[in-house]
Amino acid sequence: MTSATSRSESGSAGDTGATDASEASRKSAQPNGPRPKPTPPAGTPVRVTGAQSLVRALEAVGSEVVFGIPGGTILPAYDPLLDSTKVRHVLVRHEQAAGHAATGYAQATGKVGVCMATSGPGATNLVTPLADANMDSVPLVAITGQQTRALIGTDAFQEADICGITMPITKHNFLVTDPADIPRVIAEAFHLASTGRPGPVLVDIPKDVLQENTSFAWPPEMTLPGYRPTLRPHGKQVREAARLISQSRRPVLYVGGGVLKAEASEELAELAELTGIPVATTLMARGAFPDSHDHHVGMPGMHGTVSAVAAMQRADLLLALGARFDDRVTGRLDSFAPEATVVHADIDPAEISKNRKADVPIVGDCKEILRELIEAVKFEHDRGDRPDLTAWWTQINSWRDTFPAGYEWPDDGALAPQYVIERIGALAGPDAYYTAGVGQHQMWAAQFIKYDHPRSWINSGGLGTMGFAVPAAMGAQFGHPESQVWAIDGDGCFQMTNQELATCALEGAPIKVAVINNGNLGMVRQWQNLFYAERYSNTDLGTHKHRIPDFALLAESLGCAGLRCETADEVDDVIKQAMAIDDRPVVIDFVVGKDAQVWPMVGPGASNDEVMAARGIRPLFDDDDVADGPASGGIVADRAVTDVRGEQ
Amino acid sequence: MHTLSVLVENVPGVLARVSGLFSRRGFNIESLAVGPTENPEVSRMTIVVAVEEQPLEQVTKQLNKLVNVIKIVELDPASSVQRDLLLVKVRADATVRSQVLETVEMFRAKVVDVSPEAVTVEATGTHDKLNALMRMLEPYGVRELVKSGMVALGRGARSITANSTR
Repeated sequence: MTSATSRSESGSAGDTGATDASEASRKSAQPNGPRPKPTPPAGTPVRVTGAQSLVRALEAVGSEVVFGIPGGTILPAYDPLLDSTKVRHVLVRHEQAAGHAATGYAQATGKVGVCMATSGPGATNLVTPLADANMDSVPLVAITGQQTRALIGTDAFQEADICGITMPITKHNFLVTDPADIPRVIAEAFHLASTGRPGPVLVDIPKDVLQENTSFAWPPEMTLPGYRPTLRPHGKQVREAARLISQSRRPVLYVGGGVLKAEASEELAELAELTGIPVATTLMARGAFPDSHDHHVGMPGMHGTVSAVAAMQRADLLLALGARFDDRVTGRLDSFAPEATVVHADIDPAEISKNRKADVPIVGDCKEILRELIEAVKFEHDRGDRPDLTAWWTQINSWRDTFPAGYEWPDDGALAPQYVIERIGALAGPDAYYTAGVGQHQMWAAQFIKYDHPRSWINSGGLGTMGFAVPAAMGAQFGHPESQVWAIDGDGCFQMTNQELATCALEGAPIKVAVINNGNLGMVRQWQNLFYAERYSNTDLGTHKHRIPDFALLAESLGCAGLRCETADEVDDVIKQAMAIDDRPVVIDFVVGKDAQVWPMVGPGASNDEVMAARGIRPLFDDDDVADGPASGGIVADRAVTDVRGEQ
Repeated sequence: MHTLSVLVENVPGVLARVSGLFSRRGFNIESLAVGPTENPEVSRMTIVVAVEEQPLEQVTKQLNKLVNVIKIVELDPASSVQRDLLLVKVRADATVRSQVLETVEMFRAKVVDVSPEAVTVEATGTHDKLNALMRMLEPYGVRELVKSGMVALGRGARSITANSTR
C-alpha cells in the first residue's frame, strides 16, 4: 500500500514532472492581463464585484482547474477568471463534458471538481453529470449563471430554474441573491461537496449579482445548522461487529466506493490481513483493495466473479463498508446472502437498512470505523477468539479455481474485446488511470484490468452514463498530468462525447482512448440476444458495416493520433505505439467481434444463486454448511442449463 | 399515521425541497402545515404521513439529509396536542339557524360570520372531533369548507426548538 500512498501524494496538479500536460498547464496559467492584487490578510474586506468575489473565493478554497463554457449570464465571471493565476479554466466543447471532467478530476484526486456554465441550456446540459455525481457520491461544485434578479420567473431568454431542476440530483444547491453572500456560499458549497457523504452542489448566480459591487473577506462564516455529518462511529456497535467477526466462520468484507472516498484502503488492507477475511470490491470500489492481494475474491454483482458472488451468497457474516446494497450487487434482494448477519458501516445513515436490514448499523467515516474495528478485533484476538477460516478459504479457492475470470475467442476469428482490454491493463499497468463508458466494455474493464491502487478506476456506476469515459479521462489527466490515463470506451459511448478530444488536444491532455468497436450497442445487443429472441432492434451502429464514422480519421481531425487494430497479433504493438505518443491524445479503433458477451451474469431480477459462470454453465450450490463440508463440495457445472432467466 | 415535527431553516425553497423529497421517494403526505417559530430563522413543519414503521425510518433519514432541515421529532398522539383548524359555511336560514347554533355550541366551536342564508363556523380540534362536527353539520347543507393541516406540540415543559440552531 506504500506505493498507493506515495502516488496519491504526488497527485496534485503540476507539482512533478515536465510532461506536456503540466507544461501546457503552466503556460496557460500565465496572466494575460494585469496581475490581480494579492489576497489581503484573512478577514480584511476588500471592494470587489460579485464576479471578482467568486473568483477570489474559488482561489481561496484551492480550486486549481475549472471546466466550463462561457455564455451570456456567466460572462461577468469569466472576466476576472482571465486574470487568475491560481485557477485554470479549461474550455470544453459541451457542458456535459465539463461536468464529467470535473468528476474525473475529483475521482482521480479526491479533490472537489469544479464546472461552470451559463444559464438555461448551459445549466441544463449539466443535469446528466450532476445526476451522475449524485449517484456516485462525487464531490463536485457546479457554478451556473442565471438571468438577472428582475427577470427571474418571467421566462426570460436562457432562463431555466436550474435550482428547481437539480434539487433531486444534487446534495444541495444555492441561488445567490446578494453578492455579499458569494464567499459564504462558495465556502459552504465546497464544504458540503467534500464532507460527509460527498456529492454535487450547484451554485446559481444571477448576472446582476456578479456585476454588482460588494466586499470580499475570507474566510467567511458558514451557517449550516442542519448539516452535521457523523464521523466517529459508536464504540458499542464497533465492538459488536468485532465480536461477530470473532464468531464468524464464513465472513466476507463487502467493500463499496465509500472506502475510496474515506481514503481508507490502508486500514482495509490491515483489517483483511489481521482477520484473514476475503474481500469483494464493488464496481465503485475497484482498486480500494489490491487485485493482486490473495484475499481479494473479485467483484460482486450482476457481472461479478463467481467466487465473489458465491462467497457473499454463502457468507454467515457480511461486513459492508461504504457500500449501499445496490440492486446490481444484490440481485433479487430477498434471496441475497440469506444466511448472513449484516454489519453495515456507512457515513450516510439513510443507506443503512434502506435495502437490506442491518443487524449491526455503524454510522461514521470508514477510515475511523476501520481504525476502531481493527483495535476491537485485536482485543478479541487477545482473548483468544480467533476463528479458523481454513474451510471457508478452501471453499472459496475451489470456486476461484473452477470459475476463474475468463472468456472465449469468437468462432468467426474476430478479435476478442476482452483480450484487448486485458492487454491494455497488462501493458499500461497498475500505475495508469482507467476510465470507462457504460456497457460491455465497462464490465470487461472492471473484470480484466487489475487494479492495485485506489482511484485508478473511474467509471459511472450508479447512473450508468454512456459517454462518460472521454471527458472523465480528460479530468483525470488534469488531476494527474504525469500519469498515463486510458479511456476504455465503446463505439456507442464514444460517439456521445468524443468532441472533447479537441479540448484534450488543445489544452494538453494526452489521454489514450481505446474504442472497443463492436459496431453495436453491445450490452443492449447482449440483452436482445438473451431476452428478446435475438431480435436486434436498433443496436447496429454501422461502425463496422459502413465504417461511419472512421474513428481513426475522426481522431486525426480532432488533433489526435488515430490508430486501428483488427487482429490479435497487432494488439500489443498498437498499445505500445499509443503509449509512446505523449504530445497529443491517441485514439485506437479496436475492431472487435460483435457477439462477445459479458459473463458471469446474474439475470435481471434473478437471485444471485442463479449466477451463470458462462452461457450454459451454472455453478450449483448445495445447502450444506460449506465450512463443515468437504473442500470442493458444492459446485457442479451444470451444462444442461442454457437459459438465463429473468424479467425486466 | 405518524406526525413529524420538522424544524427547517427559514429560507426560500425549503418547502419545495421537503415536499419534493416525499414525492420522489414515493411517500404520501396526508397533511402539511408550515409556519414561523419563536425564532425568525427557523420554520416549523408539521407533516402527517401514512407509512409503516420501517419506511418511516427511511423517510426521516432522508429528510435529515436535506441541508436545510435542522431537526425532526416524531410526536406521539398520546403525549402531544394535535389540532386542525376548520372553517365551514353551512346553509342556515331562519328555520334551522338555532339548531345549527346549538350544534356549534356543543362542539365549543364559534360562528365567525352570518348572513340570512348561511353561517360560517370556526372550529379547532383533533381530526376526530372535526369529523364528528362535520357529520352533525352536513345534513343542513355545506356550502364550502376549508381545513388547515394539523399542527402539534409535545406535552410538558420540554421544547424541541431549544438549541435548534448552532
